[in-house]
Amino acid sequence: MAEKLKVAVVDYDAGNTLSVTRALKKVGAQVELTPDPERVLAADAVVLPGVGAFGDCVNKLRERGMDGACREAYVSGKPFLGVCVGLQVLFEGSEESPGAEGLGILSGRVVRFKTGVLKVPHMGWNRLGLVREHPVLAGLDGEFFYYVHSYYPKPGEPGDLLGQTDYGGLFCAVAGRENLVAVQFHPEKSSRAGLRLYKNFLEWAQKS
Amino acid sequence: MGLCIRIIPCLDVAAGRVVKGTKFKDLRDAGDPVELAALYDHEGADEIVFYDITASHERRATATELARRAAEEVFIPYTIGGGVRTVEDMRAMLRAGADKVSINSAAVKNPDLMNKGAERFGSQCVVLSVDAKRRGAGSGWEVYLNGGRVNTGRDALEWLVEGEKRGAGEFVLNSMDSDGMATGYDLDLISVVAERTNIPIIASGGAGHPDHMVAAVEAGASAVLAASIFHFGEWSIAGVKERLAESGIPVRR
Repeated sequence: MAEKLKVAVVDYDAGNTLSVTRALKKVGAQVELTPDPERVLAADAVVLPGVGAFGDCVNKLRERGMDGACREAYVSGKPFLGVCVGLQVLFEGSEESPGAEGLGILSGRVVRFKTGVLKVPHMGWNRLGLVREHPVLAGLDGEFFYYVHSYYPKPGEPGDLLGQTDYGGLFCAVAGRENLVAVQFHPEKSSRAGLRLYKNFLEWAQKS
Repeated sequence: MGLCIRIIPCLDVAAGRVVKGTKFKDLRDAGDPVELAALYDHEGADEIVFYDITASHERRATATELARRAAEEVFIPYTIGGGVRTVEDMRAMLRAGADKVSINSAAVKNPDLMNKGAERFGSQCVVLSVDAKRRGAGSGWEVYLNGGRVNTGRDALEWLVEGEKRGAGEFVLNSMDSDGMATGYDLDLISVVAERTNIPIIASGGAGHPDHMVAAVEAGASAVLAASIFHFGEWSIAGVKERLAESGIPVRR
């Protein structure tokens, strides 16, 4: 058997990194939870989790020099997975924190669900529909995932939209390009479908 | 389609052990809450609630340890109740891997806990659990504490409305009248609360059959919590979900 893939989970004091780490271990990764940009760049693949406010998260990334490390990891072709706010910060900005600049790896902005008709946050299990086939999403079309969020991304490039979910209208639930994939839901809380996604990510990373 | 209705098994835990036995014979250790929760995850449960009822001041430590162990084996959201008295307690449990914390008597004694918890961690982490008992026909419900032993004299509906304002993200409505009776949830309570508030309601207390769950959802619940129907009953999670789906209720399968 091939050596275990070394996955760096970016630790920037932003939420439930423990669950992400456990799920990756469960599917066979060698995981390092690290606050060190050097360690991120030394890994085979990178996972960027995130819970909390957009502005708070991008500030914490910058304070630790992780914004540069994430961008460099992406540019160098490292398989990269963003989760929840870890997806949102990859875009250019968010309605949640108008003054805060995102990493801008993906073009487009993050917007809020319309309140009034809908309960916000969008919290619970909802169905994913694939827009485009992708190795990380193999076998997951129509599966349910667990969401907790009040904002969602609007990709500027139509080609970056990989999957969507219906909550008062379809919104972007998975975005990505090249070696980067990002999901708005929490695979680490989505039971078998979520573990499958992490496993797909490892297999995809192993091949690249 | 939108969100699925959630099916939530609830485990009472004391000193790290499931309090009552269960029907599951194939578990290595039927008293281990984490192993049981992992089994429910495999069977299709949408969420787990652990209530730590350890009767001592050690409770924060035992509940936090439970949250940490669950993170290794349970890959659906889980809530920890019991042992949460301060914002620091909440933080410890969320950091240990819990997705939400449920507060009951601590919220009555210190309502500000809801504001502070919501501010620091987000409303979605703060579950207000209320033990409600009917006053008499048509005159509402009162809030009880300590498993129904202490009557606060507070009106349950007013308390829930206040809880939402203070930042609770979800309610567990536990009917003291129907708890353990297996005759169905208190549907009046659910529908009155659903009318007056806007956050998800988890129905609790009284489930004896999946049709009771259907009725709770029709009354306005977003999720149904049950213990013995799963631990001892004839119903599996999949069986319950099948009945709900037949009634046109969206469930994850």
